[in-house]
Amino acid sequence: MRAIPLVLLAVLALTAPFWLANPYYLHVLIMAGIFAVLALSLNLLLGYTGQLSLGHAAFFGIGAYASALCTLKLGRSAWEGMALAALLAGVSGWAIGRLALKLRGAYFVLVTISFAGVISLVSVNWMELTNGPLGLPGIPAPELGPWSFRTKRAYYYLVLAAVALSYLVCRRLVDSRIGRAFLALRENEALAESVGIDVTRYLVIAAVVSAAMAGLAGGLYAHYTRFVSPEVFLFTYTVTMVIMVVAGGKGTLAGPIVGAVLFTALPEALREAASWQWQMLAYGLILVLLVFFLPRGIVPTLSRLRKSP
Amino acid sequence: MTLAVRDLAVRFGGVVALGGISFDVRPGTITSLIGPNGAGKTTAFNAITGYLRPSGGRVTYDDAPLTGLRPCDVARRGVVRTFQKTSVFPALTVADNVLIGLHLRGESGLAAILAGARRVREEERSLRERAGEIIALVGLEHRRDHVASALPYGEQRLVELAVALAARPRVLLLDEPAAGMTGVEKDTVSKLIRTIRGLGITVFLVEHDMRLVMGISDVVIVLNHGRVIAEGAPAEIQAHPEVIRAYLGTGGGAAGR
Repeated sequence: MRAIPLVLLAVLALTAPFWLANPYYLHVLIMAGIFAVLALSLNLLLGYTGQLSLGHAAFFGIGAYASALCTLKLGRSAWEGMALAALLAGVSGWAIGRLALKLRGAYFVLVTISFAGVISLVSVNWMELTNGPLGLPGIPAPELGPWSFRTKRAYYYLVLAAVALSYLVCRRLVDSRIGRAFLALRENEALAESVGIDVTRYLVIAAVVSAAMAGLAGGLYAHYTRFVSPEVFLFTYTVTMVIMVVAGGKGTLAGPIVGAVLFTALPEALREAASWQWQMLAYGLILVLLVFFLPRGIVPTLSRLRKSP
Repeated sequence: MTLAVRDLAVRFGGVVALGGISFDVRPGTITSLIGPNGAGKTTAFNAITGYLRPSGGRVTYDDAPLTGLRPCDVARRGVVRTFQKTSVFPALTVADNVLIGLHLRGESGLAAILAGARRVREEERSLRERAGEIIALVGLEHRRDHVASALPYGEQRLVELAVALAARPRVLLLDEPAAGMTGVEKDTVSKLIRTIRGLGITVFLVEHDMRLVMGISDVVIVLNHGRVIAEGAPAEIQAHPEVIRAYLGTGGGAAGR
């Protein structure tokens, strides 16, 4: 019985391109998918280890640029580009994890913000490599043998596969002794150490996996929009990810996905409904109401409702 | 297999918390560390288990040095502690608390876990079985799936004990395991401590409840003002003049402390 809604959801997700006539809706879904990967990745740190990374856009941007440059300058395939995106972002996640070794809470946040600031400056000023503020146009779409992922429909499935992969990675981690070590760090660090958990080691693991996933999302974004500019490092992206995770339900697996779909679709829906001044106002109001009435997030509240009656 | 403390000293600025204490916790015993408030008992625990870097002296277990190791590495050597203030993983269930305690008994690495290897699932199953046994040992079967922070105080302390036991200690350091408990709960804890010793685990505890200490200890070490003032069997300690003086204050002649 419990599996029925899940199967229904899977069928809906798999058939979406066929009943969504308007390509604009498909575009929104693709962006929601890319943000779902980002939100899942941020949730590993924020929801499970309890550490807030406010520089997450940096990993996304590093991935986008790595994949773009790999295809444009090295002439490699988009697949190799995305693999490099995850790898490079993962390496920077490792560096951040090591830097933040003993730092927690506000200090961890500061390190991640500074890191994002530095990387963003590099992307603007290293003209020879990044073409500065002008950005890098003409990034190719991925191709697989005779098939091209040039169409929205094809790209939608690619993104859907990436979301499924990210979900699987998170799920396997969370259900394992490594995921429990993350939780132990969030819940009670001194106690975690007393039972032999090398807390910093697990924070580094979380940072690496999380950054690599964000990097993959960056690669997906680059090959979808076919253009990257320093805008990928915008702080707004990080804030959006945090909103998605917190509103959806941090520390749950489904929460970030729900949050990503909701908060990608919401601005678009508001754009159709109201003039731009009212859009931001309504967005803000909805956010405040959500946090006020569902402080733990949508998914934890729903699952509690389902259990209690 | 002896936990040996030699000249262990801790200073906070000009304050001497521990002025070079030495003692042995012999294998298979229940050894208690007692002393008036501020005597340095918890400081000694923190220095032994790596939570505090001592300013002098050393600690060895089974002739291997513990001083300088991080807390997680001390635990890895089989020396596991609990905390004076109730310390659980509050938002998690009792079962998950104990599963975290079992961390060192699992071996699955990142690659195997991400690949969903079969031995990871098998290990997970056997860890869950172990967790069940430990929960049963402390008598919390009925609380298995309850969130730890929602349990009554006495049961939270049992969760704490279960988490420490899960880490497979060879020496278990208990910091005031019966503090704030009712008489019945204290009896449960005494019995449990004996059971733990029966499992071949050496128990080293800090405790204020004298009835409990004198009832279960093989050796009692008395600390006052950062120094060991007496060491011996409970009966000797109860008759020791300096101990009586430390606890009751000096009568007549000597002034002040």
